[in-house]
Amino acid sequence: MRLGRGARITLGAITVLILGVIYLPLFVVGVNSFSTSQSLSWPPPGFTLEWWGKAFRSAGALEALLTSVQVAVVATAVALILGTLISLALQRFDFFGKNVVNLLVILPIALPGIVTGIALNNFFRTIMGVPLSIWTVVIAHGTFTIVTVFNNVIARLRRLGTSYEEASADLGAGIWTTFRLVTFPQLRSALFAGGLLAFALSFDEIIVTTFTAGQGVTTLPIFILNNMFRPNQAPIVSVIAVVLVLISIVPIYIAQRLTSEEGQKR
Amino acid sequence: MPRPRGTAARKGSVFLSSHPRVRLALLIAAPLFWLGVVYIIALVLLLVTAFWSVDSFTGEINQTLTFDNIITVITGALYQTVTLRTVGIALAVTVIDVAIALPIAFFMAKVANNRTRRLLVIAVLMPLWASYLVKAYAWRSVLSSEGILEWMLAPIGGHTPGYGVTATIITLSYLWLPYVILPIFAGFDRVPDSMLEASSDLGGKTWRTLRLVVLPLVWPAIIAGTIFSFSLSLGDYITVNIVGGASQMLGNLVYTNVGAANNLPLAAAIALIPIVIIFGYLALVRRTGALDNL
Repeated sequence: MRLGRGARITLGAITVLILGVIYLPLFVVGVNSFSTSQSLSWPPPGFTLEWWGKAFRSAGALEALLTSVQVAVVATAVALILGTLISLALQRFDFFGKNVVNLLVILPIALPGIVTGIALNNFFRTIMGVPLSIWTVVIAHGTFTIVTVFNNVIARLRRLGTSYEEASADLGAGIWTTFRLVTFPQLRSALFAGGLLAFALSFDEIIVTTFTAGQGVTTLPIFILNNMFRPNQAPIVSVIAVVLVLISIVPIYIAQRLTSEEGQKR
Repeated sequence: MPRPRGTAARKGSVFLSSHPRVRLALLIAAPLFWLGVVYIIALVLLLVTAFWSVDSFTGEINQTLTFDNIITVITGALYQTVTLRTVGIALAVTVIDVAIALPIAFFMAKVANNRTRRLLVIAVLMPLWASYLVKAYAWRSVLSSEGILEWMLAPIGGHTPGYGVTATIITLSYLWLPYVILPIFAGFDRVPDSMLEASSDLGGKTWRTLRLVVLPLVWPAIIAGTIFSFSLSLGDYITVNIVGGASQMLGNLVYTNVGAANNLPLAAAIALIPIVIIFGYLALVRRTGALDNL
């Protein structure tokens, strides 16, 4: 099959068009954050920096940001520990029910968020009688972020094999020493990538969060959702949106760096 | 070499080295406890709750077995309409996403040079990192009656679809598009160029090659992409709140019953609908080998 010049150009044009559609909405939000209109009207009637000033002084937004970071940090820590343990168990051992355990890790992300959300809501409130709080959000986020760490770490373990660990054991190192000096350093970048994804997933999550957050627990997505429909707040939401898009360049950059380093090592 | 000191750590290490089963148990205990207790028990109890009822006076949950909720959900006109609408939206989103993903993924994998391909992968991935709400909100601005779409279409006599089912389909397609492009791109990338050349040498024209050689090879990847768009659309209720006007999806009914109506058993029964549909879909596509492409 040899594509003609015409076919190549057509495909290229379609690609450019699709990318245009992908970026148009983000561009509109960016422009709206500087618009004097409060009702998202286009073209913007005038230019103002008012919303940017207000957003950075908005106590609600900053508090929500802090809550989101706290939740994401603890959830990521849980995911890193549990994800590493379970990938070591599944990669280094053979045992009965291995496939079931594998499915168990993937399930919280494979089922729709609303199912996970309502199941946990029901579990905490009706069954356990625990009031919803920031900790119920952390538990929920920890549960569905395990899979991101698991995927990264198990792929790395598969590639590493066990020869280095065996060499370490032959040289007299105990289990702890081998893990600390041989296994862990080789897992570090996989843990970083998985942790980054877990953090991003938790930071952005809204559906499960809605069902597990207690009164007064406002993560950033909840704050955005609450303020989106208020006329005076809508432009501030645009500012937060722009900031979030700009911040999202950081993990992309790091992830890109990591993959290119991996490529060089091999 | 000096003999290792007989510290507790050393003794533990020696013991564990000779007892792999204990090692496995120690590794797996914590994650299994967490996932088992928090998640599996929660899911099973959700299933059980669907067979309970709520006392309409006290609002307390009555734990006697009843099929009322299940019957209500299966026979109620509201639930049938909303289920059909939700599945319809999920199917439309899936078809649109695959139709958009195929040409761009093919271009990325088989036409673009290495440098362009890397840039394109980043360009496609970048919106994936942008917040879900930000993207839904962005479409709210675009589709608004005073928004950019109206401004662009008005001179040629067109109008924005406004907020409603169409807007929901557009926004959901946008949200899940990267999840569909990436597996299909990986699928095209795995098709060796030599096979395309072989087909061409044997006289296969472009369309024939695409249909008979490429499509069967990327089929599992396409199905893998559809699992994302289909499953994610089925459970969504936030997007429809933001751009759907007064339209409701299954998620909205669940949400109302957990919150305002305080009828957790009914909400659980409604939540069973997407679970059943998704497991049905997974069973349907399992044979294609798509699940290994996720």
